[in-house]
This record gives sequence, structure tokens and C-alpha cells, in this order.
Amino acid sequence: MIVIDADVVTLSRLQFALTALYHFLFVPLTLGLVWLLAIMESVYVMTGRAVWKRMVQFWGVLFGINFAMGVATGVTMEFQFGMNWAYYSHYVGDIFGAPLAIEGLMAFFLEATLIGVFFLGWQRISRVKHLLVTWFLALATSLSAVWILIANAWMQHPVGAQFNPATMRMEVTSFSAVFFNPVAQEKFVHTVSAGYVLGAMFVLSISAWYLLRGRNVDFAKRSMTVAASFGLAAALSVVVLGDASGYTVSLNQKMKLAAIEAMWHTEPAPAAFTVFGLPNVERRTTDYAVKIPWVMGLIGTRSVDQTMPGISELVDTARKRIDNGIPAYDAMLMLRQDKDNQQAQATLAAHGKDLGYALLLKRYVDDPRQATPAQIQQAADSTIPNVPVLFWSFRLMVACGFYFIALFALSFWKASWRTLDRQRWYLRLVLWSLPLPWVAIELGWIVAEYGRQPWAIEGVLPTALGVSSVSAGQVWTSLAGFMLFYSVLAVIDVVLMLKFARKGPDGLGIWPATQPQHEAP
Amino acid sequence: MPDYATLRVLWWAILGFLLIGFAILDGFDFGVAALLKLLGRNNTERKVLLEGIEANWEGNQVWFIVAGASTFAAWPMLYAVSFSGMYFAIALVLLALILRPVGFKFRDKVTDPRWVSLWDWVLVVSGVTVMLVSGVAFGNLFLGVPFAFDTDLRMRWEGGLLNLLQPFALLTGLVSTAMLLAHGACWAALKADHLIAARAVRMARMMTLAFAVLYVAAGVWVAYAIPGYAIIGPAVTDGMSNPLYKQVAVGSSWFASYLRYPWFWSAPLVALLGAVGVQALVGRRDLTAFIASSLMVGGTIASAGFALFPFLLPSSLDPHSSLTVWDASSSRGTLLLMLLAVIVLMPIVIAYTAWVYRVMRGRITLDQVKRDEPGY
Repeated sequence: MIVIDADVVTLSRLQFALTALYHFLFVPLTLGLVWLLAIMESVYVMTGRAVWKRMVQFWGVLFGINFAMGVATGVTMEFQFGMNWAYYSHYVGDIFGAPLAIEGLMAFFLEATLIGVFFLGWQRISRVKHLLVTWFLALATSLSAVWILIANAWMQHPVGAQFNPATMRMEVTSFSAVFFNPVAQEKFVHTVSAGYVLGAMFVLSISAWYLLRGRNVDFAKRSMTVAASFGLAAALSVVVLGDASGYTVSLNQKMKLAAIEAMWHTEPAPAAFTVFGLPNVERRTTDYAVKIPWVMGLIGTRSVDQTMPGISELVDTARKRIDNGIPAYDAMLMLRQDKDNQQAQATLAAHGKDLGYALLLKRYVDDPRQATPAQIQQAADSTIPNVPVLFWSFRLMVACGFYFIALFALSFWKASWRTLDRQRWYLRLVLWSLPLPWVAIELGWIVAEYGRQPWAIEGVLPTALGVSSVSAGQVWTSLAGFMLFYSVLAVIDVVLMLKFARKGPDGLGIWPATQPQHEAP
Repeated sequence: MPDYATLRVLWWAILGFLLIGFAILDGFDFGVAALLKLLGRNNTERKVLLEGIEANWEGNQVWFIVAGASTFAAWPMLYAVSFSGMYFAIALVLLALILRPVGFKFRDKVTDPRWVSLWDWVLVVSGVTVMLVSGVAFGNLFLGVPFAFDTDLRMRWEGGLLNLLQPFALLTGLVSTAMLLAHGACWAALKADHLIAARAVRMARMMTLAFAVLYVAAGVWVAYAIPGYAIIGPAVTDGMSNPLYKQVAVGSSWFASYLRYPWFWSAPLVALLGAVGVQALVGRRDLTAFIASSLMVGGTIASAGFALFPFLLPSSLDPHSSLTVWDASSSRGTLLLMLLAVIVLMPIVIAYTAWVYRVMRGRITLDQVKRDEPGY
């Protein structure tokens, strides 16, 4: 019997959260910026005007710095499952590994192989071929997101798999269910749209800064026009699809949704939406709540007559599922002794879907079959995620989303009327809005993954069981190493980004400030 | 439809193919990076060397990512045990692999010579680290690593980073370092300005010689001083993937599989012929010499994999827990789906990789680097 060290669990989770949030500072910018590059280069190839090529080259410099950081920090993510989450890797690798491997084969290979040609191939291949390279690069980054989100969606909604007592792990029963997981599709559109918003804001803000300084005016205005239209479409899509994923969450992760809404008890249909309030975890109430009637029921159930279960009721359900899972655990142990025991096979078939709930007890008792009613209640209570964090993260994220729609709509309107450089307050507003998409994106991941706790795989594998048999000292060392190392890289990255953004296309020699533009040979 | 046992053997071969692909393609990047200070005497010369790998290293590194992810998908236990067990060794490789992309990208973004020199050293050290650590890890496979499973198939590991530093493993670390330095030098001989290429030719000759001597020494060591592992009784090749279902004896020879399948001898033969080929051709027919050094790299890795067959990761702590081709794989459905994915996607990958190499072909000259604009 190997005892799981609680510190290892906490430290491994902290390490995963920090490295994943850090990795996702770079990924969405790559996702968004690459499409803007593709659009700009398409205009260049269609019109033959050199200004568009210079736009691709200048934004490409910033794209390149960011891309390197995304690649570097992505390697960590892949290593980390094996290093810190070995039992997770064993338990679900049969399903979870496949989309990761296909991502590498189908998307990351393409992306990483073409990036060299994108930067160094301008003189070596024809214009049209270079444009194709850029388009494939953009396509590959989005394909990459498809497969990663299929893997992630399976953690939220584990379809197409069942437990095999002989191998002590989950095994695939249907890959088409895994690949066409409805959660994956909504997550994909929501996540890449968020990346597009970030890419658009990045171009918009830096261009606004040039306009404030009166530099690269023509360049900046064109860049802003592209970013404003692209950003408006993306911001609308991110909110609409965010709503769709809210609906999907309500189908299979009812606890996450109830926690986001701090809905402690089931309300009569249709439930009200709490705009503001202070969730009180002790008393299971939300103090000073400001509610809008009906809205939550409409979002969550797409109806006016279905109820949405509250947290207390969901804890009761969890307790029932734990009770139901214990016979499955017992049957699993019997099958290990005698794999042909038909009674045990029948019990596992009947109760297997709640085996994961019995495993929740492992935190409190070695053998779930010996659990006391108090321990079962404790395990059921542990299915409540951190309500205040989810409640506020979600609201801030949504507020950012609506702000983006307004800001991009305003930018689009000004771009259409060619008044982008008129009001300095507008340009300042755009400049200072630059960090907000990052804030919203990170909050989104906190809602999705912190809200999944206590599960690594919803209903299947508790997070605490997924860790490796390593010592807390080992995880501490690697965690400290990452924090130090990532902080240094972050400083260098920001310094370089600022340096090149400040230099601008004029300072880099991509955009000679005075002489008229000629087509590059 | 291939049966489960065949799928397992195919996936063992695919894992080997991906590792060899990684070693050949990213291996020369590591080699060139490690030799940066030896072959390049000033900044312009070092820039020539770096530009020779700049267009391709990013795609090359994906071979490692894909080898890792495919191990996760097809050999989840191998992935889980090796990555969590060799914790700090993996952390070192990870550190090196993070530093390389940023090193390549950041190096020329600031012109201060101290900055440039710092990143040059980062690239050198990260190159050497990966070569050395991966060789040490391979050596440990022959010695067995200290892990055992409980009945939940949760793994326990006894020992830390220093336990990996056995004398034999250090020797294999040197084998892999010499091999990839030679391979990197062959690439530099093919790609860099003639002034630098001449130095690379001498380096390639020296390193292939060192490789051949060390490689043969490691082979002799394995033959005479390291007990091999063997499954007791007939192996169940299509059973459930649970390592505890079999029993393993230690004490036979790792050369046993070479006796059973004599064609396995082709791998060490190719490795040594590759080394001879480099000696004979480098400096005269550089592309052929590079192909020879690629054969040397591929043959070496294959020879190790053949010796271990059917073992993937032998356990010194509890030999019965050892991971083999027959009991550490994914389910049949996953192996089949992933095989289809590889069959469909890999030829496409190879096709566009070849196209990119063709587009970016040609020697990088000193003049060319001096002409290039700074900045991007």
C-alpha cells in the first residue's frame, strides 16, 4: 500500500496551475496573431502593396518572440503529466494520450516545421507559396487547439471509456465519442475566439500607441482597421459561444455551474441570475445578493420550467453515488483475485459508473469499504469546489467579454469613418485595455479547471489519486526551479516585446519613415 | 486487422522510429549547439552555425514531443514510470529543451556581446545536457531501474538522480555525446561556410572515432558484465496490459535476443559502418557523410532497443514489475487507432519536412550573415 502524501498533491496541483496559466499567456496570442498575419499577407498578395508585407514582417517579429515562449512552456505541460501525475497518466493514458499524440502529428509538426520558412523564406519562395505557408501555419495552430481541447474536454466530460479491472485503468470504448465530445466543440470555439480577441487587442493597442506618438500613422491605422473588424467578430463569438458552453456545463457538470452561480439550494424554475453577492461558504448562503429573475434558468436549461439543482442537493446526489460506488470498488478487488467471478462482474457492470465516487473516499480512509457515514459525508462535501473564487472569476470574465464587444464595436465604427486617430482618450483607452484579454482568459481557465475539483477526470478519478509516487521535496525543488526560471523568462520576454514594440516598424527598418514605399524585390 | 500482439510489436517499432527520427533530426541541432564555441571562433562564425539550424530546429524538436505523446498514448505505463521515476533527469532535459527555443530566438535580439555570449553558453550547455542525460538514461535501461508496482498498479521508485550515475550509464552517456557531436559536426560540415566546415570535418573525424571505440566498449561491457532479463515461461503476447501477470528472471544475457533473431546484428553493423562512412567521406562528400552519420545514430539506438526486446523498462527493484512490449501497452483499440493516425499523417509530415529542407538548402556563408539585417 503506497500512502499518498497530501503535500505532494497540493504542490503538484500548484505546479500544474502555475505552469498551465503561464503557458496560456503565450498560446492565445499565437492563436490570434497568426490569423491577423494571414489576413494582412493575403491583402499584400492580392494588392501587391508593400505596406501590407511590412505589416506582416513587423507583427511577425513580435509573433516570433511569443511563439518561442509558447513552444518552450508547452514542453513543460507534456512532461508534467508523466513527472507529477504518473497515476493519472497510467489510469487514463489509454484515452487521454491519443489526442495529444494526434495533436503532435497533425498540427504541431506542421506549425513548427513551417515557422522557419515563414521567417526565413521570404526570398526563397514565391509570394503565393509564402502566403500558403502562413495560412497553413494559422490552420495548424487552430488544429492544435482542437486536439488539446478534445483532451481537456474529456477531463470535464469523460465519454467513450470504461474501467478495466484487469489493467486497473480506463480504456477506450468509442473514439468517435471522445473526438466528437460536444464539450470539446464548444470549448474549442470559445477558446480560439478568446485567442482571436487577444491577438486583435494586441495589434489594436500597440498601434494606438503609435498614433498617440504620431509615428507610423498609415501603418498603425491599417493595422487597427484589420484588428477592429477581426476583434469585433471574435468578441461576439467568444460571448455567444461562452453562453453555449454554459449550457453544456449544465448538462454534465452541474456542480461546477451551481458553484459559479453560488446557487446553494435548488430554486423554483426558472432560476434567477445573481449579478452580485458575497458567497458565504460556512452558512451556504449568498449575502447581499442582487438577482435578476429568470435569467439563470434560461441560460442553464433553455427553458422556463426545468429546475437547476443547487449545491446542497448536488451534495446529496454525490453521497448517493458514493454509496453506490462502494460495491463497485468491492467487485473490483474480487475480480483482481478471480477475474472470472461472474457475480463481481455483474456488480461492477451495475455500479461501475460510480466507482470514481468510491475513490473519493481514499482521501479519508484506506479501504473505501470500511468508510463510516461521517467519512462518506465528508467525501460528499468535498465535491463542492471553491465557490467564492468561481463566482467572482466568472463574473469578472463575463464583464471583460462585454467590455471587449463594446470596445471593438467602437473601434470598428471609428475605423469605418476613418476617425481612429481623432480622440486621444479613445487611443489611451485602447492602450490601457491591453492586459484585459489576458485577465479574462486566465480567469476562464480558473473557472474551468478549478471548478472541476475535486476531480482530475469528472466523476472518474479524484485529483488527489492522480499524483506520482514522488516526494514533496522533489516537487518543491522542481516547483521552485520553475518559478525562478519562468520569472526570469517572463522578464526577458516582456523587455524584448516592449523593446521591439517601441522600436516599431520605423525603428526596425521595416518601415522607412520618410521615403515612399517601393515593392521589395 | 493486425492482432493485439502484432500491434504491440508495430508500436514498439514506431516508438523506435520516432526516437531515431528525433535523434537524427534534433540530434544535429544539439550537436551544433554544443559545438558552437569550438567551431565558431567569433560572433559572425557562430551566427553562421546557428543560421544553419535556425530554419529547422523547431520542427525537429517536435519529434521529441511526438515521441513523448505517442509513448503516453501507446505505452502509458512506460511514460508514467520513466517520467516520474527519473524525475530530476527528466527535469534537466526539460530545462534544456525550454532554454533552447528561447536561446535561439532571444540571442540576436540584443547586440550587447555579454548578452550574446550568455545565450551562446546556454545553447552549449543545453545541447550537452540533452546528449549526456539521454545516453545515461538509455544505459540505465540495461541495468534496470528501481521501481515496483503495488496491486493498484501504483508505482514506487527507490533512489534519486545520483543512482542513475552508474559507471556503465556514464559510459553510454559518453557514447551518445560523442555520437551526436559527430553528427552535429557532419551537419556543420555540410551547411557552414568552408572556413568553419574545415574545422567541423576534423571534429567529425575525431568524434566518430571516439564513438566507435566507446560503443564497442559498451557492447563488450553488456556482453560480459551486465546480466540480462528474461520472461519466465512462454510470454503471453496478447494478454491484458498488467506487468504483474508475468514473472521475470535476471541472469541471462542481453545478447540473447541477438542469438534468437540473427538479423538484429544488422543494427550494430549499420552503426559502425556509418562511423566508417563518416571517416571516409566527410569533407569530400558532405551530404553522403551526413547520411552515414544518420545511419550511425539510427543503428546505435536500434541496437539498444533490439538487445532489450521484449523489455521496455526492466526493474532492478522487482524484476516482475518490469515493463515489456507484451504488458505495458494501451488497449488494442487505442493501438489500432493510433497506428492509423501514424500511417495517414506521418508520410505527410515527412513530405513537408523534406520540402522545407529543400527550400532552405545551401551553405550559409560568412558574407551572407554579415549582409543580413539585424533584428529579425
